[in-house]
Amino acid sequence: MTAALEVLDTGPLSTVQDLGRPGYAGIGVGTSGAADRAALRLANRLAGNDEGAAAVEVTFGGFAARALRDLTVVVTGAPCPVTVGGRGAATDTVLRVPGGALLRLGAPERGLRSYVAVRGGLDVEPVLGSRATDVLSGLGPEPLRRGTVLATGPPPAHWAPVGFAPVAAPAAEELVLTVVPGPRDDWFTARALATLFGAPYTVTADCDRVGIRLDGPRLDRARDDELPSEGMVAGALQVPPGGRPTLFLADHPVTGGYPVIAVVVAADVDKAAQARPGLRLRFTARGRRGP
Amino acid sequence: MRVLPCADSGLLVELDDLDAVRGLHAALRAAPPPGVTDLVPAARTLLLRLDPEVADSVEIERVVRGTRPVPGTEGSGELVRVPVVYDGADLAEVARLTGLTEHEVVAEHTRREWTVAFGGFAPGFGYLVGGSPRLEVPRRAESRTRVPAGAVGLAGTFSGIYPRSSPGGWQLIGRTGLEIWRPDRDPPALLRPGVRVRFQEQR
Repeated sequence: MTAALEVLDTGPLSTVQDLGRPGYAGIGVGTSGAADRAALRLANRLAGNDEGAAAVEVTFGGFAARALRDLTVVVTGAPCPVTVGGRGAATDTVLRVPGGALLRLGAPERGLRSYVAVRGGLDVEPVLGSRATDVLSGLGPEPLRRGTVLATGPPPAHWAPVGFAPVAAPAAEELVLTVVPGPRDDWFTARALATLFGAPYTVTADCDRVGIRLDGPRLDRARDDELPSEGMVAGALQVPPGGRPTLFLADHPVTGGYPVIAVVVAADVDKAAQARPGLRLRFTARGRRGP
Repeated sequence: MRVLPCADSGLLVELDDLDAVRGLHAALRAAPPPGVTDLVPAARTLLLRLDPEVADSVEIERVVRGTRPVPGTEGSGELVRVPVVYDGADLAEVARLTGLTEHEVVAEHTRREWTVAFGGFAPGFGYLVGGSPRLEVPRRAESRTRVPAGAVGLAGTFSGIYPRSSPGGWQLIGRTGLEIWRPDRDPPALLRPGVRVRFQEQR
């Protein structure tokens, strides 16, 4: 474990994330981990790390850090202007950051969350097997601050076979997410499902790692009784009494007491994690599997 | 049993009652099907969280439907003794609501074993059932913004212990010095589903 990066600026929120801590939901611990898991995995693969190594999740740019020795770094996720030692650099590719040089991420043109992987993986104290910061339960390391020094583990034995990955840019105006109705679609009127698939919903400013509150037409319930709390998954569209759904992301509560009308498929939850306020969402159905 | 989809991330199994949930949870915990990352029991449901890259949800549903619930899981879990000082801010109100004296509330709370049915509210929190039907009380009309760690409360038919300081709306009857939740301990939570709890009055 050797010191690698000194954080100079964090933007709105920068945290350490890996693939989270599955297996503890029974005692009330959420999975957490990178909001855009595919972007974290890609950053690690390009850096030659294990897919689940810890990296920095930068929310809406503004991250700056000084390399404390020569580093190999990869930036993925929301495409943002990157500079190394003041010179322009690219995302989704392997970068060399010489000791003493400044790595800087500007605000992304599209998307919300960028990932900074360092070869060797970030080495902070794991909690229940993960280095992820869970903003809901407070488990894991504190969010990064100016002055935080991050260390890395030993460099892996191998390099990635490629040094660059072509990646589709996040949606600029409208994002289409595939969902499967249920588990509680039968708690809603038939019209509610038609509305969910027919009308656009807008990402509000009330969005964080826990979930995204959406604005759009009401989804009306067919029954008014109270649902006993039940287990939740990332991607769930939970509908509180106001009728506007909340889309759960990585740090969602383990259980919830409002019915879930539909769930976004896992691959699209990563795309949802890149949705910024004002983005329009449309939902399209993938049918239930047969009986 | 109804098995409801949560896209490719989970299967929500809806059961008749808490006993059925506990029986199926015990059976699946002993032999989790491949691709199941988490089992989340609740009052009437058991959520199986799936790793979408490896789980075959059709096969897992088949396994779940063919699983024989473990009968009578009650009384088989580890026993945790919890010393409690019964001086909670809502003890008098609980006595009024139940028609008991404060002394009788304490006697009811300590008389029988409780069992952790499920968690979910916060890391380490366990919903305890089976203690005493005479202690059924509603949640407080107004939630407290801060309940200290170790506070012992009642709500509905449940009892519970706050693992960390947090907001909360349960009726508080006492406090324990026992460390309910410690992330660097194995296991981190004392009150895991299936664990039996015996409250003991500490003066």
